[in-house]
Amino acid sequence: MQLFLIVAGVSVVVFLMLRMIPGDPARLLLGEFASPAELTALRQQMGLDQPLPLQYTMFVKKMLTGDFGNSVRTGTPVINEIFIRLPATVELALAGMLVATFFGILAGVLSSVFRNTLIDYCAMAGALIGVSVPVFWLGLMMIYVFAVELRVLPMMGRIDLGLDVTFRSGLLLLDTLLDRNPAAFKSALQHLILPAVALSTIPMAIIARITRSSMLEVLNQDYIRTARAKGMEERVVILRHALGNAFLPVITVLGINMGILLGGAVLTETIFSWPGLGRYVVDSLMGRDYNAVQACILIFAVMMALINLAVDLIYGLLDPRIRVDE
Amino acid sequence: MNRWETVQDLFKNKSAVLGMLIVCVIVLTAIFGSLIAPYDPFLPAPLDRLQPPSLKHWCGTDSLGRDIFSRIVHGSRISLLIGLVAVSISLVPGTLLGLVAGYFGRTTDAVIMRCMDVLLAFPAILLAIFIAAILGPNLTNTMIAVGIVYIPHYARIVRSNVLQLKEQLFVQSVRHMGGSHLRTLLGHVLPNTLAPIIVYATLGMGTAVLQAAALGFLGLGAQPPQPEWGAMLAEGRQYIQLAPHVAAFPGLAILLLVLGFNVFGDGLRDVLDPTLRV
Repeated sequence: MQLFLIVAGVSVVVFLMLRMIPGDPARLLLGEFASPAELTALRQQMGLDQPLPLQYTMFVKKMLTGDFGNSVRTGTPVINEIFIRLPATVELALAGMLVATFFGILAGVLSSVFRNTLIDYCAMAGALIGVSVPVFWLGLMMIYVFAVELRVLPMMGRIDLGLDVTFRSGLLLLDTLLDRNPAAFKSALQHLILPAVALSTIPMAIIARITRSSMLEVLNQDYIRTARAKGMEERVVILRHALGNAFLPVITVLGINMGILLGGAVLTETIFSWPGLGRYVVDSLMGRDYNAVQACILIFAVMMALINLAVDLIYGLLDPRIRVDE
Repeated sequence: MNRWETVQDLFKNKSAVLGMLIVCVIVLTAIFGSLIAPYDPFLPAPLDRLQPPSLKHWCGTDSLGRDIFSRIVHGSRISLLIGLVAVSISLVPGTLLGLVAGYFGRTTDAVIMRCMDVLLAFPAILLAIFIAAILGPNLTNTMIAVGIVYIPHYARIVRSNVLQLKEQLFVQSVRHMGGSHLRTLLGHVLPNTLAPIIVYATLGMGTAVLQAAALGFLGLGAQPPQPEWGAMLAEGRQYIQLAPHVAAFPGLAILLLVLGFNVFGDGLRDVLDPTLRV
C-alpha cells in the first residue's frame, strides 16, 4: 500500500512539474516554423487541450501500459531506449555497492577492533574525506591518474570497440562470461573499475562509520565477553558473534546507500561516458526530451521504493523480532 | 547544560575545533577575497592560457588565462552563499512541517509525512537536477532546487523529536495551564528540538555545497563567467589530459569546505546531541 501511494505521489509530482516547464511542448516537437494549424492538431493529439485531471488520467493509463511516448531526439519509443540503458546502470550500481560494502565493512571492523590506534584514525579520517569528496572530481582525478598518466585502465565507455558481445542480460560481465569470451570479459571488467570505485566512495564511507559504531556497541556486550572467556578464537568472536549482530544497522544503511548510488550514477555516468540511465536523464534534460525525463525519473523513484521495501523485508529475515507490519 | 558549558565543551572537542578552523578560514577568505586574490578573477589573459601552477599563478591558469587561485577565492563567496541559502530554504519549511506533523498527529501527520515520503522517493541529486532544469539554470534556482530537496529530511528529524517531546510533562503542563497550540509549539517544543536541527543544518551545509557544485558541473548551476567551483571543475574536464590542474584545484576547494562543515558538524553533534553519534 505504502509503495503504491509513493509511486502514485511520484507520478503526480513528475506530471505537474513537467507541466510547469515554460514553453509549449507542441512547439518544442514541431519546431519554430510550425503553422498554427499543425500546432493545434498536435496539441489535440497529445491531449494538451484537455483539463489537467483528464491529462493526468491519460498519462497514468499510458504509463501503466509502458507507453511513455517517443523520444524527441531519436523518435524511438522511450521505453525501448530505457531498456537498452537500464542494465548498464544496474551493473554499475551493483559493482559500486559490492566495492562499498566489502571495503566499508572491512574498514569499519578493523577500526572497531583496533580502536584508538593508527588504523582506527586512518580509517575514520578516510571515511570523513570519503563523505566529503565530490564524486565528479574524484572520477576526473582517477581518469587523469589511471587512464592518462599510468595508462592501466580505460578512460570511458563499457567495453573496447570491436569486441563482440551477445546481448543477453545487458550486464556485460555476465554476458561475456556466458559467451566464454575472456578478452571481452577482461575489457568489460577494466572499464567497470574506475566508475564503480568512484561511485562507491560515499556509500563506502557511510558503511565504514556505521559498521564501526555498531561493532563498538556489540563488542561491549556480555555475550562477547562470555565467548572470549570460553577461549573462543578472536577471529570467530569478531566475525561470527560480533559482526553478525552488528549487521542490522548496516543493512539499513545499505538500503539508503542504494538511493545514493542511483543518484550518484547520474554524475558518474556523465564523467565516464557510461551509457546508462543516469547519463540518459542528463542528456534528455539538456535536449529538452521531457518524455524521456519523466520516464527515467519515474523508474528511478520506483526502484528506490522497491529497494526500501526489500530492506524492510530483509530486516524481518535477519531479525525475527522485527516484523514488517510494525 | 547551559550555553557557556556547551561552548566550553565545543572548544574541548578536537573535531569541532578543526572543523571550525577550516570553515573560519574559508569564511575569512570569502570576506577578504578582493584583498587576498592576486588577480582579477574575470579578466582573461590569452597569452597565459592553461599555465601550470607556479610562483606567479599558485594554482595555474584556466583556458582563458584567468588565475585559478583568484577565481577559487572569489568562488568561496558563491559556495558559502549557496550553502547558507539552500539550508535556510530547507530548514524553515522542513522544521515547520515536522513540528505540525509531530504535534498534531493523526491525519495531519499522515498527509504531511506521505508528501515528504514522495519527495524522498527521488534520488536527491536527480530531484535537484529536475527542479533546476525546470526553473532554469542560474545561481538562485540552484539554491532553490537544493533547498527543496532537503525539506523532507528536516521534517523527519523534527517530527521524531516532537513525537517524544509532546509526551513529556513540561509540554503537557503548558497545555493544561491553558497555553495555546501555537505557544506550546513555538515557545516550548521548538526550543527543545533546536539541538538536532543545528547539527543537521551544519552537516547539511556541506551536502548543499556538494549538490550545488554537482549542478554547476552539469551546467545547471551558476553560469560563466561566475567563478562557481562546480562550473570551474566542468570547464577543467575538457582539459584533463592537457592541464589537470584546471579541474584539480576547484575540486580540492569543494572537498575542503565540505570536509570543514562535516568535521564541525560531527563535533557539534557529539556536544549537542550525543544520541545521534555514529
